[in-house]
Amino acid sequence: MALQLMGLQQINGSLVVFDHVKNAGFDELVTITLNDGTVRTGRVVQIEGERVVVQVFEGTNGLSLNNTTSKFTGKPMELPLSKELLGRIFNGAGRPIDGLGEIYPEEYADINGQPINPVARIYPRNFICTGISSIDALMTLIRGQKLPIFSDSGLPHNKLAAQIVRQAKVADDNGQGFGIVFAAMGVTNDIADYFKSKFEENGVLERVVMFQNLANDPIIERILTPRCALTAAEYLAYRCGMHILVILTDMTSYAEAVREFSSSKGEIPARKGYPGYLYSDFASLYERAGMIKGCKGSVTQIPILTMPNGDITHPIPDLTGYITEGQIVLDRQLSQEGVYPPISILPSLSRLMKDGIGEGYTREDHQAVANQLFSCYAKVADARSLASVIGEEELSPSDKAYLEFGRQFEAHFLNQAENEERTITQTLDLGWDLLALLPKGELDRIDTVLLDRYYDAYRANRFRKKVQHMNTAKSDEEQA
Amino acid sequence: MANTIYSINGPVIKLKNTTDFSMLEMVYVGKQQIIGEVISVNRDETTIQVYESTTGLQPGEPVVGTKAPLCATLGPGILSNIFDGIERPLEDMAKAEGGFIGVGSSLPALNTDKKYDVTIRVKVGDVLSGGDIYATCPETALIEHRCMVPPDLSGTVVEAVENGTYTVNDPVVVLEDRNGKRHSLTLCQKWPIRTARPFKERKPIDRPLITGQRIIDTMFPIAKGGTAAIPGGFGTGKTMTQHQLAKWCDADIIVYIGCGERGNEMTQVLEEFSELVDPRTGKALTDRTVLIANTSNMPVAAREASIYTGITLAEYYRDMGYHVAIMADSTSRWAEALREISGRLEEMPAEEGYPAYLPSRLSGFYERAGYMVNLNDTEGSVSIIGAVSPQGSDFSEPVTQNTKRFVRCFWALDKALAYARHYPAINWMNSYSEYVDDLAPYFREKVGEDFLTCRSRISKLLAEESSLMEIVKLIGADVLPDDQKLVLEIAKLIRIGFLQQNAFHKDDTYVPLEKQFQMMKVILYLYDQAMTLVRKNMPVSNVVATGIFEKLGRMKYDVPNDHLDLFEEYYRDIDQQIAASNR
Repeated sequence: MALQLMGLQQINGSLVVFDHVKNAGFDELVTITLNDGTVRTGRVVQIEGERVVVQVFEGTNGLSLNNTTSKFTGKPMELPLSKELLGRIFNGAGRPIDGLGEIYPEEYADINGQPINPVARIYPRNFICTGISSIDALMTLIRGQKLPIFSDSGLPHNKLAAQIVRQAKVADDNGQGFGIVFAAMGVTNDIADYFKSKFEENGVLERVVMFQNLANDPIIERILTPRCALTAAEYLAYRCGMHILVILTDMTSYAEAVREFSSSKGEIPARKGYPGYLYSDFASLYERAGMIKGCKGSVTQIPILTMPNGDITHPIPDLTGYITEGQIVLDRQLSQEGVYPPISILPSLSRLMKDGIGEGYTREDHQAVANQLFSCYAKVADARSLASVIGEEELSPSDKAYLEFGRQFEAHFLNQAENEERTITQTLDLGWDLLALLPKGELDRIDTVLLDRYYDAYRANRFRKKVQHMNTAKSDEEQA
Repeated sequence: MANTIYSINGPVIKLKNTTDFSMLEMVYVGKQQIIGEVISVNRDETTIQVYESTTGLQPGEPVVGTKAPLCATLGPGILSNIFDGIERPLEDMAKAEGGFIGVGSSLPALNTDKKYDVTIRVKVGDVLSGGDIYATCPETALIEHRCMVPPDLSGTVVEAVENGTYTVNDPVVVLEDRNGKRHSLTLCQKWPIRTARPFKERKPIDRPLITGQRIIDTMFPIAKGGTAAIPGGFGTGKTMTQHQLAKWCDADIIVYIGCGERGNEMTQVLEEFSELVDPRTGKALTDRTVLIANTSNMPVAAREASIYTGITLAEYYRDMGYHVAIMADSTSRWAEALREISGRLEEMPAEEGYPAYLPSRLSGFYERAGYMVNLNDTEGSVSIIGAVSPQGSDFSEPVTQNTKRFVRCFWALDKALAYARHYPAINWMNSYSEYVDDLAPYFREKVGEDFLTCRSRISKLLAEESSLMEIVKLIGADVLPDDQKLVLEIAKLIRIGFLQQNAFHKDDTYVPLEKQFQMMKVILYLYDQAMTLVRKNMPVSNVVATGIFEKLGRMKYDVPNDHLDLFEEYYRDIDQQIAASNR
């Protein structure tokens, strides 16, 4: 039943209040038509008897108490869906903005989605080879995982995401097709364009669905953007059987929109002004990644967030880390030392990695190599802090070995060109090369059998020679 | 006049001008009959929290009371099942409704078609009181289900069926109480989840819950009927530790509550547990496990209830005489659910937005643990192991601090250890267990006279290392005298060879107490022998060069759990190497 209402009772920020509304439903969609004919949409967020509070997505600029006609549509906000979504660009509220006209929908779905029954989930096990050594070896991405990138302004998170998209696209693709759903929340025009041109370069543009809520777009619409994107992703994955990679950037802007909305409703804030339900709100997005029994497709999420002031304990990265299955943390110091991708491996983690690697998936020694690299690199930090106090000369031989290991690890394992794609075998062999720089006794995370099979002290010399060779080649090139 | 909805705000709805409802009564809300619970009542207004999504709900829709509090259904069929926070069967729902959870599902908690092989344990004329067992049936290959008279009922048996196969809702026994009223008993009963099930008395705690994890069993043991908290930031391995405990601890029944956590983790538990075999009984682990899954994206009010549902199921099995362990992952999400609902009620917040009643709710939960003599004179226990996810890894936040007041075992997970992939990342300097003294007689009798002496020597060495490290950080290890260098080497061996445990290694994932004890003894033997050398002014580096430390570091892998005789070889080896480096 659609009701037409003249005028408003109250306007407060993005919220408007109606009075004398009978039969408004919670979460229902409302369209508000201004006198000049422009239409805005809103959503019921609170009902008290006949008094109804509606959140207006496009903002309340220009609204007055008596220049509107409003209609309660009787259903929640829904997104029209069809396979034609691919290759299209939408605004944050799911309306096409590429001038190609409306979507001819095959079905509609509530953008809030429904929780996946844990019983119906398939536990993700398929390794996605990204071709980036640090990710593949140490924080392996698994199909159906949600693995965020914790970054900070000025770090190359966009470049990294674009590289993952390019290199991860076809791994183990059984003709089901892959697709990318890209949601931009509060990012600048340049960044949206950067991604668009990257998609174009890689020839995947016709497989991308873009949802854009740019930095100067209405903030409330931003709350809808990831929901629209995920609804589209779920449709393509579970209905059309595609493997979908969802990139959500930037979750920090999203959380700020939630905070703004919450404070305009007069809610009691929890930490740093964010509402107490921020965790549940994040979960309702992140948990929409996964695979479902009986469906061929999958939804893999790579949310990107900028940590305010690089602080990993800030509520946004903190709550995200509690929900997602690991995190990739970027580090400013590494970035300044010229390492790309500047992944700080110690706080980075992939929780699903342990079941998607090893014999049958990657290689038998993968887990052991990863553990050993982590543990050795942790010791590098100790050795460095000691060296900064007593000087490198005074260090014990084993600490010196760790310092060398640390340097080579950053220069040759972490560091990699933007267009360089390494296979998992190359990556793991490189890992053994680096471990060979250390005495065998230091490798306490690898069991004796694997150690005998792969460890070879000559590796270190070969590796050093190769590095030397590469360096001379490089300097020759520079001279030429 | 029918009661109707007045206002809606997320999961909180209000009714006007009604006095029909009582506190904590369960109600059906709206046309879809969503389940809700009354959380505040006054003359003008009744407030209800709803356990499902309220999208589309309208004011004016009916609200119907059930005149009973929110109850859990208790009976055969609970084990190896998976429920949501208000005991709805997720498996059946997935079959009936597909991969997503819809609104207003009304499937019964327990399978009503399945027939059980029931043995009736009473005859006509028997006088029964609350807690007495009137029938038993094998629920899984591992656990015998014992149907008990509800605690508040007693009377004489006037009818009893023959042994045979029955479903959960078939009446099997009829009881006549003192007033001549007849009660027919089926295989199942209901119990309000927010009320603790009664017992006869609490027994003093005297035996450990053996988990097979060295740092827990040896260093910070938990007792059967005890409580423990595992606090840790994200990525420190809370869930991993909980999984390890759920797999290997020696309780009869495991209740695993996934409270506001990841969906994939619950799927993993489901899959892994059905493949894993219980080392003591040789049966699948699922046969003794029940899962409560209220993942982070499921309705927040049901998350709040899930903890209570879980502990009610646990108490029910305790009443049968079983030892039950509850893993609650994570209590912080539960506290956040409290906070969220409290915020919607516009209550005055105390600390960080949490309601002022947070401590009393937490204590109410943890106090339901204990080692009890049940109404039917059997003994059983409920142990609670709660994960805590402190915001920003800051242990001074309200949930961690308040939990600390009510648990006696504190396993602090450490980010630095987790970053170095030292698992379990339980920090040995910040953790504690208050049960060590209670359990001392058990360890002395069952494991070894000097078990506790070894334990305290180990922990002393670790403490010494930690203070030495302060110096090492400033000036390096080379300048230390040799006896202190030896302490560092031994402590490193303890950390890597003893405290660190590999959950993916077939022998290391579960280690019996006996092997833990032997490992400690070997390490301390090496320390003592090496110390005699150091006293003779031999450099420690001589001993290190023999590789004996590395050998001991690998003994956790090299000595299988069923070949503890291999330890003899280590003593011989130590003697030889020490003698060799004495030259």
